[in-house]
Amino acid sequence: MENRKVIFERPRSMTEARTHYCPGCTHGIIHRLIAETIDELDIQDKVIGIAPVGCSVLAYNYFNFDMQQAAHGRAPAVATGIKRVLPDNIVFSYQGDGDLASIGTAEIVHAAARGENITVIFINNAIYGMTGGQMAPTSLVGQKTQTSPYGRDAKLAGYPIKMCEMLSALNGPAYLARVSVHDVKNINKAKRAIKTAFETQMKNKGFSLVEVLSSCPTNWGMHPIEALKWLEENMIPYYPLGEYKTLEEVK
Amino acid sequence: MEKVLMKGNEAIGEAAIRAGCKCFFGYPITPQSELPAYLAKKLPKIEGGVFLQAESEVAAINMVYGAAGAGARVMTSSSSPGISLKQEGISYIAGAELPCVIINIVRGGPGLGDIQPAQSDYFQATKGGGHGDYKLIVLAPSSIQEIADLVMDAFDLADRYRNPVMVMGDGALGQMMEPVAFKEPSAVELPPKDWATTGMKGRKPNLINSLYLDPEKLEKHNLKLQAKYKEIQEKEVRYETKYCEDAELVIVAYGTTARIAETAIRQGRAEGIKVGLIRPITLWPFPTKPFEEVINSVKQFLTIEMNLGQMLEDVKLAVNGRKPVHFYGRTGGMVPTPSEILTQIKKLAGGE
Repeated sequence: MENRKVIFERPRSMTEARTHYCPGCTHGIIHRLIAETIDELDIQDKVIGIAPVGCSVLAYNYFNFDMQQAAHGRAPAVATGIKRVLPDNIVFSYQGDGDLASIGTAEIVHAAARGENITVIFINNAIYGMTGGQMAPTSLVGQKTQTSPYGRDAKLAGYPIKMCEMLSALNGPAYLARVSVHDVKNINKAKRAIKTAFETQMKNKGFSLVEVLSSCPTNWGMHPIEALKWLEENMIPYYPLGEYKTLEEVK
Repeated sequence: MEKVLMKGNEAIGEAAIRAGCKCFFGYPITPQSELPAYLAKKLPKIEGGVFLQAESEVAAINMVYGAAGAGARVMTSSSSPGISLKQEGISYIAGAELPCVIINIVRGGPGLGDIQPAQSDYFQATKGGGHGDYKLIVLAPSSIQEIADLVMDAFDLADRYRNPVMVMGDGALGQMMEPVAFKEPSAVELPPKDWATTGMKGRKPNLINSLYLDPEKLEKHNLKLQAKYKEIQEKEVRYETKYCEDAELVIVAYGTTARIAETAIRQGRAEGIKVGLIRPITLWPFPTKPFEEVINSVKQFLTIEMNLGQMLEDVKLAVNGRKPVHFYGRTGGMVPTPSEILTQIKKLAGGE
């Protein structure tokens, strides 16, 4: 064993549980990026995560640190309650698009507006996954879902919400970024953004959010590889990647 | 101990601080507004004190959930329509077995109703306003002194049973001023909050949760909750009885209504009518013992509420058909007068 060197291993901040996610779903990648970040920042002992309602409701089974499960959309309020009483801990919420951009719009906007010193990882896969593929606030115009079977019609259902752009109008956020996990280059960029978001909180600079464009092969009705291609070709043009607010701007 | 003249809503705030509550989340609504205003002034001056005006009642109760899960002594307050909005979070808090204190200064409903005193939240408070099989401990004070005492007790009850406790007053109790002497905080030993999410620091991860996807596990969880509720029913029932020794007619009333009824009872007694009072202080668990004590000697009961007959159902369950139970109530924010109640007393006493 002495001459063998470990070059890749499970992050300490992940349990050994097998995830329930569908084949090709990118939740697993994003979970790992968060866990690696927490390990690298050495904050496993003081991090408190908030699991949402939706596909990632069971995230607490996969992360190896303290967690609270929140009601649909309320994670930013729960995170606020925790952070206000434990300001030295690191608090983050993990939320999907239905959770954050629909039922919990008030909570996310106001946590951002308060500059609440928390980190939000926002998974945007343009569909409700857990409930079986209904239209999300982020579903693209023309996108077919269970509840937009003829394609999302903007006249009937309005336009998809661009959360990073919307939140960047507020004074509260310290760091806002949109990333994607459809290829290795972008996965690495996503990791850097997630780390910056946590570091922003560690420096007590205020609210940070990383929107991660994610795939849902099952509910999109696609092969996993096809889904990643669809994400790249359809989601990125509507949801441009990049940093929408950085610490330099808020100084 | 020194007595001070205080408004009910402010006495709640002061009692909470004296009980060690450092953390408040709420959203403005009449007629409880002096309470958050009092805490907004006081809490930031206390080390570790947290006051936050949330964006909604929904957010406020979820902030309470987070803070309670993180081990804080935490309180929120509202009035009827706001409590309706908080029901989502209350169900989650009950499900996750988190301790917190919820103040409800009840006003007239349904809907937006008005801002006058009412007791029409009885069902919502005692029968589980949110979804699922759960119970709140519900305390119903009838004076500013009792508000202060019960708010302090509420925090201990919440921590002991890891359960939300509601202190339910009404617009009159929130707004009136009376002398109050604050008692010393209790020195009772409470179980350690070793379940709270405070960061692992060498232990295994803690989880605050109310999700049990496996129905067998959820049933088990519910049965565990029921066992806890049974223990609370055995140990925590509170009530007061007055003039019951020789009473032929017993009035059942709580809170403000009980005080008004007492005036009517004294007037009735002065006219030779044998009338007594049972005043539930815990609305849940509902006191059944005082009914057993008088059931053989009493001829009839009269329930009086500021609603159209909600506690009436619990009184009927306690009496269980053994004696007639009558009802008199005003609603919509109308407060019954002593003479109205006396009229009811005379009618029933004369009708024998």
